[in-house]
Amino acid sequence: MLAIDNLAKHFDAVEDRPLFATVSMRLAPGESVAIMGESGVGKSTLLNCIAGLEGVDGGRVQLGDRDLTALDEDAFARLRRRDFGFVFQAFHLLPHLTLAQNVALPLWLLDRDAVEADERARAMLARVGLDRRADDWPRHLSGGEMQRVAIARALVHAPRLVLCDEPTGNLDPGRALGVLELLFEGIRGAGAMGIMVTHSRQAAAFADRVLRLTSQGLVDAAEPS
Amino acid sequence: MPRLRVLGWRPDPILWHLFLASLWRRRLATLLSILAIALGVALGLAVQLIHAEALNEFGRGMRVLSGEADLQVVGPQAGFDEALYLRLAQRPEIAEASPLLEIEARLPGRERNLRILGVDLFRLARVTPTLLPVAAVEDETQATSGAETPALAAPTARQDFRLQPLQEGVLFLSPAAASQLGLTSGEQLAVQSGLGQAILTIAGQVPGAGRGQALAVMDIAAAQRTFGQIGRLSRIDLRLAPGVDREGLRRDLAVELPPGVSLHTPTEAQSELEGLSRAYRVNLTMLAAIALLTGAFLVFSAQWLAVVRRRQEFALVRALGLDRAGLRRGLLGEGALLGLVGGVVGVALAHGLTGLAFRLLGADLGAGYFRGLTPTLSFQPGLVLAYLGLGVAAGTAGAWLPAREATRMVTARGLRAGDEAEAYHARPRWGLALGLLTAAALLCGLPPLAGLPIGGYLAVLLLVVGAVLLLPGITPLVLRPLPGRSSTLWRLARARLAAAPGQAVVAGAGIVASVALAVSMAIMVNSFRVSLGAWLTQMLPAGLYVRAAPAGTSGYLDAAAVARLAALPGVQGIRPIRYETLRLGAGGEAMTLIARPIGAEAPLPLVAGSLEAGISYRHVDPAPHRFPPAWITEAVADRLGLGVGAPLDLPLGGRMQRFLVAGIWRDYARQQGAVAIEIATYRHLTGDEGVNDLGLFLDASTDPQALMPVIRDLLGKAVTEMILPGELRGMILAIFDRTFLVTYLMEAVAVMIGLFGISTSFAALATSRRKELGILRHLGLLRRQVAHLLALEAGLTALIGVLVGLVTGGAMALILIKVINPQSFHWSMEVQWPWGLLLLFSLAMILLSALAAALAGRQAMRQEAVLAVREDW
Ligand SMILES: Nc1ncnc2c1ncn2[C@@H]1O[C@H](COP(=O)(O)OP(=O)(O)OP(=O)(O)O)[C@@H](O)[C@H]1O
Ligand SMILES: [Mg+2]
Repeated sequence: MLAIDNLAKHFDAVEDRPLFATVSMRLAPGESVAIMGESGVGKSTLLNCIAGLEGVDGGRVQLGDRDLTALDEDAFARLRRRDFGFVFQAFHLLPHLTLAQNVALPLWLLDRDAVEADERARAMLARVGLDRRADDWPRHLSGGEMQRVAIARALVHAPRLVLCDEPTGNLDPGRALGVLELLFEGIRGAGAMGIMVTHSRQAAAFADRVLRLTSQGLVDAAEPS
Repeated sequence: MPRLRVLGWRPDPILWHLFLASLWRRRLATLLSILAIALGVALGLAVQLIHAEALNEFGRGMRVLSGEADLQVVGPQAGFDEALYLRLAQRPEIAEASPLLEIEARLPGRERNLRILGVDLFRLARVTPTLLPVAAVEDETQATSGAETPALAAPTARQDFRLQPLQEGVLFLSPAAASQLGLTSGEQLAVQSGLGQAILTIAGQVPGAGRGQALAVMDIAAAQRTFGQIGRLSRIDLRLAPGVDREGLRRDLAVELPPGVSLHTPTEAQSELEGLSRAYRVNLTMLAAIALLTGAFLVFSAQWLAVVRRRQEFALVRALGLDRAGLRRGLLGEGALLGLVGGVVGVALAHGLTGLAFRLLGADLGAGYFRGLTPTLSFQPGLVLAYLGLGVAAGTAGAWLPAREATRMVTARGLRAGDEAEAYHARPRWGLALGLLTAAALLCGLPPLAGLPIGGYLAVLLLVVGAVLLLPGITPLVLRPLPGRSSTLWRLARARLAAAPGQAVVAGAGIVASVALAVSMAIMVNSFRVSLGAWLTQMLPAGLYVRAAPAGTSGYLDAAAVARLAALPGVQGIRPIRYETLRLGAGGEAMTLIARPIGAEAPLPLVAGSLEAGISYRHVDPAPHRFPPAWITEAVADRLGLGVGAPLDLPLGGRMQRFLVAGIWRDYARQQGAVAIEIATYRHLTGDEGVNDLGLFLDASTDPQALMPVIRDLLGKAVTEMILPGELRGMILAIFDRTFLVTYLMEAVAVMIGLFGISTSFAALATSRRKELGILRHLGLLRRQVAHLLALEAGLTALIGVLVGLVTGGAMALILIKVINPQSFHWSMEVQWPWGLLLLFSLAMILLSALAAALAGRQAMRQEAVLAVREDW
């Protein structure tokens, strides 16, 4: 269960008013939500704040019974390696690791046995249909394939919360659908919670709920803005 | 990518794949960092090894020579009366006393002297048995009929010579001496005594003498007769009766000993020599430390660039949950691995270098402290571990700032492309830099600690670090006055450097360190060489020098010989010089006494005081109520804490004679120190008319070369050495250059490291700025123009680095000349700036940097397609 209450973020450099100040949201285990909104409204920043990649200026984020906003940087990092999964628009695969090694990375961080990590990574790659390329390098893949590897990496350690920032932003609509199917199958199959930022209604439809981020906070996307 | 699976050990995959393996991906930069560290470690360790070996060998030698002696009574070179031996031998506290006469015998027709010990066999056997001679056995020698084999010898067994009284005219050689001289038993050896010559027969060996100890043993009475030292001893080895307190006895005996004779424990002689060579070793070690520092800076540059390039990668793993400690550990691990590999290579290199140096230069790197030693190399685990540790420390230190930068990155920002510029926004660190420089200045004022200029060394280190920290602040200051409106490239280059002053630090740190090292050495060596040249001119004014033998040997010219030389046609004047060994101060350190004419027309290279007082002692006997003047070298002034006007008691003619210090002079020849007095005073006090060196002032029409055969005929061919000052000067400067060969080597290495450093830095920069350069090319810049742009940036960076390096090097040179050398060598010198050389060097450095960067840029652009997906630097 994820609970966000009145989360606030302020970039001094940009404006004198906060980017957002009253973001609140509840997410039940197994539930997924899509967040839409205009460019520059702060969707990526919101995800970063939830993940602790960026400091917050007010409000609270709770995962289960833990108050994430109270964690220091390193405690947050250790929490992330266990409970968080990420899918980025720019894929962020490490160029000098094989696909299997890229997927095994979260398990390495969790100090899992290397052989076991390798086996699980290969199994995960099989689930996204890339098991035959497990020892290949990222630079040989298409964008869609890269994002499938990234999805495998986001799910391999069975996280409680998967954060996706425009996962299909760099893909053509045909490929995007395949990737989204894999992503949400994976999230639901693991019973994890998912938050996906997207500009595409079609993509948003994969989630259980669709929200819109405005300067007033998160509102139901169905409501007129 | 290499996989590392050694003996089932599997490294942490994060540490291996994310960090250490990256070293392999940027092989060139890694190789360079390793090389720089290896050189620093190698030079430092080699200097240590060479001296450790030489001292070891010397220590072994001392143990052989002094055997089981508890105390040694040591006299001046002229020796002391053997009556002292009889007195000491009767004391109840002394169990055994073994008298020795030590002669540095000159061997006519040979270059080396031979150290001959006259011994009393029966006493020797009880105190210093290692020196016992063994006669050659009949059937083992291919000896001629004259072989002195004991009649009692069994046919096969080696014979203990105690059974056979030593015969007149026989000599026993240590194995090292035998092989040096190329003599075997039965052969004959000529030795010089005064102006005469004696023939000794080799009768056997001294097998107990240590490896590498070149010496000979003969009967003491025979030695006294042969070398004209009847009734004289130079040393008595004492073994104390059980239960006698050594220090107590030492105090009791000290008051009874005649002037100039002192008491030592056998180890003290070793530490005396150790102290001498230590200063030299420490100077070289200092240079090695700076080389190691340069290595650390190079690691810093390479790591910084690598960290910047991997910014997104680190942001990703931070997002995936790597904590800051993990990131820091990984990056410091990279540095430590570089340092470890560099250390291992350096240790191997050091052993190779040492072996080579032993063969080429001898045990003291050509400086002349350990004569007659042939050391061999041995492995010293403690020392090796310490230097490995230093290598690891240098690597880790170099990686520390980049690691700190990486852990400070805001993860969310690092994930976005284009964040690299963040890493070059170095703040000027005026406060820290000026603080370090001030601390350096204060440290220069500290007195030496345990004879070592520790303050000076720390000052040099702080100076280099402080100078590097000045770079981000100085860069805009240097750029501002440069004309700004010329070409587009020029403007682009300036804008880039002004906006990213951190780049100047990253690329310039290596330059500053290596330029400073090279410049300071150039200034120091140049100053020293010029001062030495001037000193030699002042010390060798005569046209020709006739030398009976070098100081400390058995030959001298007597009054008759001097008179005959002075009467030669073409000789206008003479300057006689007499050398003697003195033991002064609390520890009884050996110093040289130089008796010669002193005055305005026979000057000394004074640094304090005056020559005036000398003249009044030239022809008149010193008045009883006035003390005669003495001129001491800087080493004596420092070691005994004496200034002009201070009283100085010298043991002369068997009693203490008080002198007044009239001046302090500079002496590059005798590091242990020397005291010069007017020769008339010396003769008056000692009655010794002997002369070691005689300078002949010739009239303009006399050719010294032509005079040499005349003198040879006059004095006998085999016994005299003649020196043309011009030749001697050349020879001394050649020795000087050989001594500083190591230094020149380091200078070349420093320059190479600096150049390699900047070229790899700029290659890495060009690679990491592929996008930016790509955009410039889209905007219409030609490939050639991009190369020019990079060359311009590199040239400007090098200019700044070289400027800072020059100033830093100048300051370092001043510290070396004004603080470190006077404190460790007791040498002063005039500062000489080799302007031409420095200018040439700076220009070359800047141009080569620009060239290297242009080439690197071209390379980066050519590989554009490949490098877009693969890191290569
Ligand atoms: N580090 C920063 N410093 C200052 N301002 C920032 C920083 N990061 C983001 N911003 C600003 O915050 C605002 C929100 O940025 P954010 O990236 O969250 O938008 P977004 O909603 O994800 O937009 P898009 O849909 O285009 O991705 C933008 O106006 C951006 O300029
Ligand atoms: Mg965004």
